[in-house]
Amino acid sequence: MDGVHDMGGVDGFGKVEPEPNEPVFHQRWEGRVLAMSRAIGVFRVWTIDTSRYAIELLAPSIYLTRSYYEKWFLRNQSLLIERGLIDADEVEAGHSLRPGKNMSRGRFALADVEKVTRRGSYGRPAPAPARFKVGDRVRTKNIHPTTHTRLPRYARGHVGIVERLHGAHVFPDSVTTGKGEDPQWLYTVRFDAPELWGADADPKLKVSIEAFEPYLEHV
Amino acid sequence: MAEHDNDHDEGSHLTEMDLRVRALETILVEKGYIETAALDRIVELYETKIGPHIGAQVIAKAWTDPGFRQLLLDDASKAVSVLAEVGRVGDHLIAVENTSQVHNMVVCTLCSCYPTDVLGLPPTWYKSFAYRSRTVKDPRAVLADFGVALPAETEIRVWDSTAETRYLVVPMRPAGTERWSEAQLAKLITRDCMIGAGLPKKPSEVA
Repeated sequence: MDGVHDMGGVDGFGKVEPEPNEPVFHQRWEGRVLAMSRAIGVFRVWTIDTSRYAIELLAPSIYLTRSYYEKWFLRNQSLLIERGLIDADEVEAGHSLRPGKNMSRGRFALADVEKVTRRGSYGRPAPAPARFKVGDRVRTKNIHPTTHTRLPRYARGHVGIVERLHGAHVFPDSVTTGKGEDPQWLYTVRFDAPELWGADADPKLKVSIEAFEPYLEHV
Repeated sequence: MAEHDNDHDEGSHLTEMDLRVRALETILVEKGYIETAALDRIVELYETKIGPHIGAQVIAKAWTDPGFRQLLLDDASKAVSVLAEVGRVGDHLIAVENTSQVHNMVVCTLCSCYPTDVLGLPPTWYKSFAYRSRTVKDPRAVLADFGVALPAETEIRVWDSTAETRYLVVPMRPAGTERWSEAQLAKLITRDCMIGAGLPKKPSEVA
């Protein structure tokens, strides 16, 4: 979707402000939100892709004004309600009003921590040979799906070079629209800055994206 | 506007968030989905165990061990997983090396993808709208915000992390560190220089 989350190249956000000796969490609740997000992941009610899409679906006024972990919290709460693990009246009440759903895997416990603090694995067997090879000139498609995609707006409709091939990966655009993992080849595609930003761009800048095969076409 | 502005709001907002988060945790615990101690442990891991010191150790080894450096550049997930102290590396970790000709920078314009297994959780600036929007268009201005100025002839190579690959920058080893041990070198390696938003410390800064 062409949402406000797709920020590459947008002007007006000002300077980057690094914070010296920044703590891992600024508030205690931020750590709890992070931990709950990781924990709930084991129940397979969402995936990395559906959880990202849920953040993108927050209203622009929320996305642009709420802090990072507040958005995670809003996402967690709404997905938990949507998936039927909790109910809105329980959120209102601040405690449980009825027994939980029977989770086949059982409660998220200490022994599960190791697994959820490791990054997930999204490589999959390739369903077909790769259409492109390293060194190929490719054009990203000019697509504007109203659903989740990982092709940023600034990199659509541009010609680049295939620099790396990463094997086939879970395709986020399909997972989030109920079409399953639908594995697709993943490439690093590199663009010269003037191709993306015009003749005034830094001639010594190159930018790459990780592009799934369906985003690309031969030039 | 920086994304973290809300973190510095007055108390009422924070109190409300504290209560709302506590309520959700209470519901999940009461319903039998999660154990409080497991959440405590996750927080503790990210606060004390999973952080940029892991990446610094990896880079220091790459600076001193040519075989490891090559393995790191060929397959970073594999290279990092053989370090005994680092046990939780995900797939598709990719190391990209700075040279006198090319400076690498990592960003996620769409969300906040970050090599957490070697750097821990991302700092606020990495998740900020300013960093996410400008790095792919004007990275030299972003570097200036970090007090870094590169020669105009240095190529800047920006990696936008739009999938489940994760990038780690291998900075250039500072001159004058030829006899330094891995442990000494690791002190030069900042989180920011492994994202490409900074350079390693100077030897004089840690000596």
